[in-house]
Amino acid sequence: MYAYDRHDRMFVHARVEQFRDQAARRLKGELSEDEFKPLRLQNGLYLQLHAYMLRVAIPYGTLDARQMRQLALIARRHDRGFGHFTTRQNIQFNWIKLEEAADALHLLAEVDMHAIQTSGNCIRNVTADAWAGVAPDEIEDPRIWSEIIRQWSTNHPEFSFLPRKFKIAVTGSPADRAAVKVHDIGLRMHRNAAGETGFEVIVGGGLGRTPIIGTTLKDWLPKRDLLSYLEATLRVYNRYGRRDNIYKARIKILVHELGPEKMRDEVEVEFQTIRDGALALPAETIAEIAAHFAPPRYAKQPGFAPAHETLRRTSPGYRRWVETNVVPHREPGYAIVHFSLKPEGGVPGDATAEQMEAVADLAEKHSLGEIRVTHTQNLVLPHVAVEDLPAVWRAAEAVGFATPNLDLVTDIIACPGLDYCSLANARSIPVAQRITRRFADLGRVHEIGPLSIKISGCINACGHHHIGAIGILGVDKQGEEFYQITLGGNAGPEARLGDLLGPAVSADRVVDTVEAVVEAYLAIRAPGEDFLATYARLGLAPFKERAYAPR
Amino acid sequence: MPLVRDGKAVADGWTTVADDAALPADAPVIVSFARWRAERAVLEQRNAPLGLGLKNTDAVEEVGPEIHRFGLVALNFPKFSDGRAYSQARLLRERYGFKGDLRATGQVLPDQLIHMLRAGFDSFDTADARVLQQWSKSVAAYHAFYQPIGRLRPTLDNLRREEARPAAAD
Amino acid sequence: MSRKPKGPQAVTANRLGDGAVVYLAETGRWSTRLEEARLLLDAAQADAMLDEAGRDAATRVVGPYLIEVETGDAGPRVASLRERIRATGPTI
Ligand code: SF4
Repeated sequence: MYAYDRHDRMFVHARVEQFRDQAARRLKGELSEDEFKPLRLQNGLYLQLHAYMLRVAIPYGTLDARQMRQLALIARRHDRGFGHFTTRQNIQFNWIKLEEAADALHLLAEVDMHAIQTSGNCIRNVTADAWAGVAPDEIEDPRIWSEIIRQWSTNHPEFSFLPRKFKIAVTGSPADRAAVKVHDIGLRMHRNAAGETGFEVIVGGGLGRTPIIGTTLKDWLPKRDLLSYLEATLRVYNRYGRRDNIYKARIKILVHELGPEKMRDEVEVEFQTIRDGALALPAETIAEIAAHFAPPRYAKQPGFAPAHETLRRTSPGYRRWVETNVVPHREPGYAIVHFSLKPEGGVPGDATAEQMEAVADLAEKHSLGEIRVTHTQNLVLPHVAVEDLPAVWRAAEAVGFATPNLDLVTDIIACPGLDYCSLANARSIPVAQRITRRFADLGRVHEIGPLSIKISGCINACGHHHIGAIGILGVDKQGEEFYQITLGGNAGPEARLGDLLGPAVSADRVVDTVEAVVEAYLAIRAPGEDFLATYARLGLAPFKERAYAPR
Repeated sequence: MPLVRDGKAVADGWTTVADDAALPADAPVIVSFARWRAERAVLEQRNAPLGLGLKNTDAVEEVGPEIHRFGLVALNFPKFSDGRAYSQARLLRERYGFKGDLRATGQVLPDQLIHMLRAGFDSFDTADARVLQQWSKSVAAYHAFYQPIGRLRPTLDNLRREEARPAAAD
Repeated sequence: MSRKPKGPQAVTANRLGDGAVVYLAETGRWSTRLEEARLLLDAAQADAMLDEAGRDAATRVVGPYLIEVETGDAGPRVASLRERIRATGPTI
């Protein structure tokens, strides 16, 4: 993990004190709301329906036990005892007071965390593959590059007032677990013909009102040039991105309006001009940052894990959990364990202070102190010895994080929706809760197989509904909550946006409709075929027919 | 207009002249990019410093190579949340080597001072008293920044390397 | 917001210091209780009330706006789902 030194610490503490002063001036009326709003947003503070919401960055999804405990402390001291993990590797606290926000930020700074640029029209928290450093298929650890980008983008003198927000994601594996094609910039590491690793630079992807899969501007960018190329891209965007219409201000619209060729040329010209300048990354800087992410020292594990093997034979529940929520690790004898934050009837992504502390304890005991946050709103213990799995399973059961549903129909992504969010048209969380109750039978869930449901409460698409195998979007029809359903979306390397199933359905009908779609799939799938494959083969028609059949 | 520089209110020796207004004799003037292009010959004959006022949509590339002809360049923030002039400022300073006075006009607020100073601005055309009041606090907020670009303050990387040096020599 | 309100209107906002949902009661006082909200039937008077609330936006509240309220035996009730959730908290 990246460890702050004295200077990083001074920096985040300075940021807290700067914000403390700004908030105090706002409270005294020396700053107007218009003047203050961008300042608070760039420190993660939103004003939602019921209170201020603080969005805290978990850079590239990595945190340690001590940091998780501090999040629990903030939840207790400044919130109502819980937090919400989001689709962008952030945690949000829903009940923050402006008067206390700087104190909460100070608690973060004490453990080398911050909320800097988690909102506002600037470069946001950089996200990465939650399995970084432990995935067997990884080419290179994306966190090295995410941290380099975090430092470059923090308090950037030129890019703090962009036309709109700007999101960057990095993956170091061929299997894209960071949804890089639906980010303003997605970076995918791969090797060139000479065997050197570099970046494919994908620009202008995004969801929201105008969902677009990103365009590759550069097939292979050498590592030393990463920041120069990002700076060139951001400069082109800052200068030419539209500012006349908030819905046309993202870089995807600029790419669309200029055309990919012209965009590529503009960026290339700027890049060539600056590439040998101050941002060229010296090998020693890269090596220094990379050293922070060197693999931990794993204890050598015996080839046989008796406790695990025994329990696997005797406990079907354990076996199911291992098969679903545990995936192979790069290091022999270790595994990557997922804690599902999607229990039946629960709020997707929510965790109480007690649960956070339990995860921190488990990380210390069984995962070399490390925790990850996924973009699917789950938590990960990245380094668990196989022999420890039974203990981890029991502990996860005890805190309610052992639902064996990773990537299955009840592993639902949902944004806060109208229960919290001031921009929402409809509620998201209750829909997720009702779906998980409808699919409470685990046997049925496993029979259905991999199927992602993603729910957003408005067109801003924080719940990534466009890239759900089943996407659900809340809309407002004359004051009533309605839901549009899309099918066939996919976030991975074959990223694809879902297709609209048909007319929006009422809140009463939405769960039935989802169930009808799932039943249709079960009826028409070929043996061994998952939902997306069936959808790719047969298209919308058979689903539509069943979903809208009168009952 | 009141002018702030180096944390002090200073007299503004420059006059901004509208495109259709007559040029005062022998006084420093700021003209628009359009006027400079149209009346360049006349403007170059004048015997007084010349300043250039750019809109934030003007292409600095077009004037960059000749920017040393100007004693001052004024860049505009129509709203403080419109950040285009930050790019213009850095390009003028870092790419075209502009050494004169880089002035921020428009909505200049105390909480953006630090970004503006780092991007290369040195004078601020603002009637907002808070800019002066907050100046020292704003400028002193950070001991260093991450980016090895822009002006002001060492970078965190530089500081680390300096601290590492004696240790490495042992 | 061009739709003509059917019932009385109130002014709501979020309190600056803690973000809590508040309603304008009598002049200069904001209450977290909808029952205490000042209700006005006349559209022009309601607009004047909003202007009055706007003066508190410098130091006391954020983003005041008018909402529709239904009155009944059980007391005032906000009309829209969004306002109901604001008034009573998350539904989950
Ligand atoms: S998708 Fe809409 S409702 Fe959901 S969190 Fe984002 S802005 Fe709010």
